[in-house]
Amino acid sequence: MPSGFVIRKNQYYDSVFLMTVNARILKLEGVQQTAVLMGSPANKQLLSDIGIQGADIDLAQSNDLIVAVIADSMEIVNQVLDNLDGWLNAVLEEALASKLHTLEEGLAAKSNANLVVISIPGEYASREARKALNEGMNVFLFSDNVSLEDELELKQLAKKKGVLLMGPDCGTSLIGGVGIGFANAIRRGDIGVIGAAGTGLQEFTSQVHNLGCGISHAIGTGSHDLSERIGGLTALAAMEALEADINTNVIAVISKPPGTTTLARLLDKVAICRKPVIGCFLGVDPKITSNRINLQTTRTIDEAARLAVMTSGKPTPPDLGLSTADLKELSKEKAGWSPEQKYLRGILAGGTFCYQSQQILREAGISVYSNSPLEATHKLIHPEKSIQHTLVDMGDEYFMVGKPHPMIDGTMRRQRIIAESRDPQMAVLYLDFILGYNASMDPAGELLEAIDEAKKVYKQRGGSLTVLASICGTPADPQDLTFQKKILREAGVLVYDSNAKATAACCWLFGKGDGGHGNEN
Amino acid sequence: METKIEQLLAQPLVIVNLGLSKFSKSLEEQGVEVIQVDWTPPAGGDKEMMDLLDELL
Repeated sequence: MPSGFVIRKNQYYDSVFLMTVNARILKLEGVQQTAVLMGSPANKQLLSDIGIQGADIDLAQSNDLIVAVIADSMEIVNQVLDNLDGWLNAVLEEALASKLHTLEEGLAAKSNANLVVISIPGEYASREARKALNEGMNVFLFSDNVSLEDELELKQLAKKKGVLLMGPDCGTSLIGGVGIGFANAIRRGDIGVIGAAGTGLQEFTSQVHNLGCGISHAIGTGSHDLSERIGGLTALAAMEALEADINTNVIAVISKPPGTTTLARLLDKVAICRKPVIGCFLGVDPKITSNRINLQTTRTIDEAARLAVMTSGKPTPPDLGLSTADLKELSKEKAGWSPEQKYLRGILAGGTFCYQSQQILREAGISVYSNSPLEATHKLIHPEKSIQHTLVDMGDEYFMVGKPHPMIDGTMRRQRIIAESRDPQMAVLYLDFILGYNASMDPAGELLEAIDEAKKVYKQRGGSLTVLASICGTPADPQDLTFQKKILREAGVLVYDSNAKATAACCWLFGKGDGGHGNEN
Repeated sequence: METKIEQLLAQPLVIVNLGLSKFSKSLEEQGVEVIQVDWTPPAGGDKEMMDLLDELL
């Protein structure tokens, strides 16, 4: 197929900018594939994988822009590449152009700054974070691909300087009501939360908001903080800070499985904390965290939110699990399946949701495969190929090379939904939708066409595809929560307010579980 | 005396945003004082040269 590329030396753009340009060129009729990226070694490999090669590409550096196009004709290829400035300028005009290009210039321009947010490529991120910490700044480090050695060194430096380092690989924080990164619009309140799981923090804070309460601060630690290597340095600092904070009365901790020694250290800290602590440690054997001093544990994020609201002394309606109306709807769906339809396929944007769903299904006796499994025995052989019941974490590193996160752009999930619909054994398609700052403005709308197409395929086969959705968000989010629910329902999707509840519906559909989810205490 | 972390939680945020301009935009929309830095790799992205520069500075 005709293709071409252009290299612009020393023209650096951030990843969201590049993805926006990429998405716009891709919409042009006749364009089959595009790559708009910086010339890093990983990106050059990506170009090679799609058949774009050349001596100039080999010589390109990380701050050289490469734009490659594969199209139906050479005329279309040239039409894009000859007007490259037009494509770039159209997006540039919408972005905030800044005259500042270094951390030092930024700090000089804002001498009263108390936080530096860093979202640059991982290979450069440690260097800038180190400089910011040395200047006595608190840091929110969104960048991933930072080595554990660097993370440990940076966190020890933060401790020495008496500042907070959220991250690396920190997607979400809420400080004094302000959402940083991927965060929801949440009212202020007296519940503080520490999260080593990005979407877990979003789910917890959204649930607290939707129960009528609020959050003092939600502190993201980064996904590796509770590993044995890092030892929970950020989580421990956050716990001390929330204990001292006069606006916080209750503290919650949400995480994926921590290292054993790190968990013990954290629980020691919890035991002497003067404020009540609620813990939701996904994937951890409840026996390990039960009967601990000053710690109430829950199995799901929903329960953690509910317990936090109760502990802060607010009235909380009981969680009755799935309603009679829910069960009636589910029965009707199940009655439409053909005999060969028997498996669940979850195509998820939230890593924590993928994890929590697996835990709930496992506890209901349902065996699930995943690219991010609870146990190594249930790891998919290939992330692109589902087996029996499968939940795919589409935000996993494998899918992310040179591609936007599924929370920002629905392209990868659309493609996966269509791919899954080729399997006549799928009975249930489960999708999560995450609202909030910096996420897609229309996550449900982006997938509607693919959902509709998949449903039609099963109808033609004489069956019916059940599509379940959970929405993580609040009515105050920049997206319209009510509208997102409405368009999904109109497309025949069963919509639930939380990941745990949607998963309870999956358990019910596959004949196991009572549709409820309980607090172990 | 309040630590820098306690101050961060108690006082209004003033942010230097290095990287994705989208983040600055959402912070501005929330009424936060923020300055955007359109960061570019120093020394033309050459890691060795960057390390050398770091040692000199």
